[in-house]
Amino acid sequence: MIFCDCFRPGPFMRSRIFQAALAAAAFFLAPVMARADFAAETFTLDNGMQVVVLPDHRAPVVTHMVWYRTGSIDEPAGTSGIAHFLEHLMFKGTDEIPPGEFSKIVARNGGQDNAFTSFDYTAYFQRVARDRLELVMKMEADRMENLVLADEQVLPERDVILEERSSRIDNNPGSLLWEQMMAALYLNHPYGRSIIGWRHEMATLDREDALAFYARFYAPNNAILIVAGDITLEELRPLAEKYYGRIDARELPPRLMLADPPALLARRLTLTDPRAQQPSFTRLYVAPSYVTASGNDAYALEVLGQILGGASGRMNRILVEEQGIAASASAWYSGDGLYDRTIGFSIDPRPESSLEAGEAALDALIADFLANGPTEEEVTRAKTVIMADAIFAKDSQQNLARLYGVALTTGRTIEDVEAWPQRIGAVTLDDVRRVASAYLVPARSVTGYLVPGAVQ
Amino acid sequence: MIRATFVAIALTLGLAHGAEAMEIKEVTSPGGIKAWLVEEHGLPLLSVSAAFRDAGSATNPQGREGLAIMLGGLMNEGAGDMDAAAFKRALESHAISFGTSADTDAFYLAFSALSEHKDEAFRLAALALSSPRFDGDAVERVRSQMLVAQKQIEEDPESTAGVLFNELAFPGHPYGRREYGSVESVSAITRDDLTGFIAARFARDNLFITVVGDITAEELGARLDQLFGGLPANATPHGLSDVTMAQMAPMTVIQRDIPQSVVMFGAPGLRIKDADFMAANVMNYVLGGGSFASRLMTEVREKRGLAYGVSTFLLPNNFTGLIMGQVATDNARVAESISVIKAELERMRNEGVTDEELTNAKAYLTGSFALRFDSNARIASQLLGYQLDELGIDYVVRRNQLIEAVTREDIARVAAYLLDSGKFGFVVVGAPQGL
Repeated sequence: MIFCDCFRPGPFMRSRIFQAALAAAAFFLAPVMARADFAAETFTLDNGMQVVVLPDHRAPVVTHMVWYRTGSIDEPAGTSGIAHFLEHLMFKGTDEIPPGEFSKIVARNGGQDNAFTSFDYTAYFQRVARDRLELVMKMEADRMENLVLADEQVLPERDVILEERSSRIDNNPGSLLWEQMMAALYLNHPYGRSIIGWRHEMATLDREDALAFYARFYAPNNAILIVAGDITLEELRPLAEKYYGRIDARELPPRLMLADPPALLARRLTLTDPRAQQPSFTRLYVAPSYVTASGNDAYALEVLGQILGGASGRMNRILVEEQGIAASASAWYSGDGLYDRTIGFSIDPRPESSLEAGEAALDALIADFLANGPTEEEVTRAKTVIMADAIFAKDSQQNLARLYGVALTTGRTIEDVEAWPQRIGAVTLDDVRRVASAYLVPARSVTGYLVPGAVQ
Repeated sequence: MIRATFVAIALTLGLAHGAEAMEIKEVTSPGGIKAWLVEEHGLPLLSVSAAFRDAGSATNPQGREGLAIMLGGLMNEGAGDMDAAAFKRALESHAISFGTSADTDAFYLAFSALSEHKDEAFRLAALALSSPRFDGDAVERVRSQMLVAQKQIEEDPESTAGVLFNELAFPGHPYGRREYGSVESVSAITRDDLTGFIAARFARDNLFITVVGDITAEELGARLDQLFGGLPANATPHGLSDVTMAQMAPMTVIQRDIPQSVVMFGAPGLRIKDADFMAANVMNYVLGGGSFASRLMTEVREKRGLAYGVSTFLLPNNFTGLIMGQVATDNARVAESISVIKAELERMRNEGVTDEELTNAKAYLTGSFALRFDSNARIASQLLGYQLDELGIDYVVRRNQLIEAVTREDIARVAAYLLDSGKFGFVVVGAPQGL
């Protein structure tokens, strides 16, 4: 069954056209395994821009992406949403490309383009026939240094991002609750700020805010070029040098990296909303990311997420199949991030059940897991699924490019990506028990109830 | 004995490469079951996608709305001697992704697996198809999922608008009924309804199969019989007939306390096999199908900031066709969005497209065709669609020629009868002002 995944919003994108593909990409959470014919190759331009090539010669098509190491976490106070707003404005032209023409030129060349913004990164991409690669490289390099903005384009686009916020968040009680839960989960770190921005601040964003953010973060030494598809490193290198290599590196002020104080207590939120029809339960625990984790904790958390949340995992088996409390129940680990991320749980109670019964069943499930741990068979099965996902992910050049982009902008290396399946394979039952005990701790959590009904 | 016919498609894209070819083979099994195969041995993966045509929600018996989708949720809930938990464990132990689902017109079965788990994947899929258990607890579980899904549809403004549009557009026809059913219809579904649907609708004469990946034609032949050999030769008559969208009220509003109104609109359109379909397709690209290149995106979003997204699309079903569109704008300004859209429908109807627009549309539509074939998953989805629409194994070769053949005159003629504003119905969910 496919239900709304509004409780796990992905990065925000410029166009809704691409949402279906984004949802599909979310399936491939796992980075990839190296194979001779699909192996990543990399080099760095003189100006510090890293270049990654992911050859896949099955079709005469390439995916060209430029990732900037900046996202919503870098937004100055009072300008939430500026990273995403700038992403929209990057399509508004340069001296070479008139306003609104960027995507039209890509389309006239049989290509598709879009962009997306998340906490730690902002990325732009085009999917084109291989003989159009040079064209899009030229255009992408041009807007890295030559963006031109006028209020005539900026102000209508600000209305567009406000409409985008309405569509994604304000029209949707589940998304509103999610946004509030994230704000409660992070006491100080900007992961608690909505990526798309708080409406009252978005409404004040202007051309100067956008250009200041652009000037600070959009530089070749803060960017990564990833080209996947029908291309080799030898073919790409001269093009990368020609278009990106001539852009001067700039001094980058250090990013402000905040951290949260220790959380002392579990937090609970209830959103009662007459627009909600189906009650739902969500719980988030702060957990280390691949970068902030010590030892192999992140890999063990990945296995834990699968043991709890897989199709034959404990949430589905116990809450849905055995106890019949939930119509659906899931669990996941989100490990991509420069700062600590989350372990999450969600439950849609059956019509005859309740949020309270769902929460009690989840607490019992966690208590049992902490007391007794997983079985060897569960650990083996979870690892089998995760390692296979790493191979399935190679089917799509677009997903593969995203996997590398996310990894490289959240503090990992190509070596980390390629060693990922082996590291998953090395996770032991004791590792899983250890991370469950360390991170499934009430004080690290926020619990959210979405309750249909009139506001009291 | 395996017979295989070959068609090569030439996607003339890469100048350096010249004509690229993807070979589609039609494989006929010893038992006479046909499938399209694209061999791809570069990755140790295999995807099998199959569909039973006229076995979707439109064929739900009256009073059993929701049946096809519910069946889609039940076919991995236990088969043969394995209950639901055992079946899912068997799938996960071999990292096999297996799923069944239904849309309006068809029922789908798809699985993918690593080459090393191929045997187990075919075995489990065959078991699910030939002997699904429909245990009592599994049926109740999926029934509850259907009821929850109904609530989620009710909560979602876009889904609400879509359900209402279908009801108004197809009163009395199965296309107007709710795919997820009602509390009453889903509560009424029995085990016999599930087995009866399979017996009536899953057969060899309405079965279409696409296989992509690490398997040869010879091996696939035997596998096809293993998987589908037990099916009856013919499905029972589906009883569906062609229908044209009814004349709807020009504007229907569902009041809801949300800040942004969600709008869906549509008029009678064309089916894939209609001679004018490709002309309509090119016209639609210019009007609202072409993302940032479309007139609607330019007028509604870029110039006026009225919406994050606005689009039109052709919806060709087996028994009808629609041209539809959608937009979402804050309540205070939604009337302006609708009036801009209506003006653009009129402009296209009266003026058609310019030479430049036609050239640009053709450049995109033909140039981007190869992007649909850059992964096994995309290839499988495209080719299964062509089979369901009976476009022929050579469609991948003909398709761009059909687009190139479209003229401004074709588009003017098609726009004149498709974009008659009097035929459009608008459905709005929200608290719109000034409508």
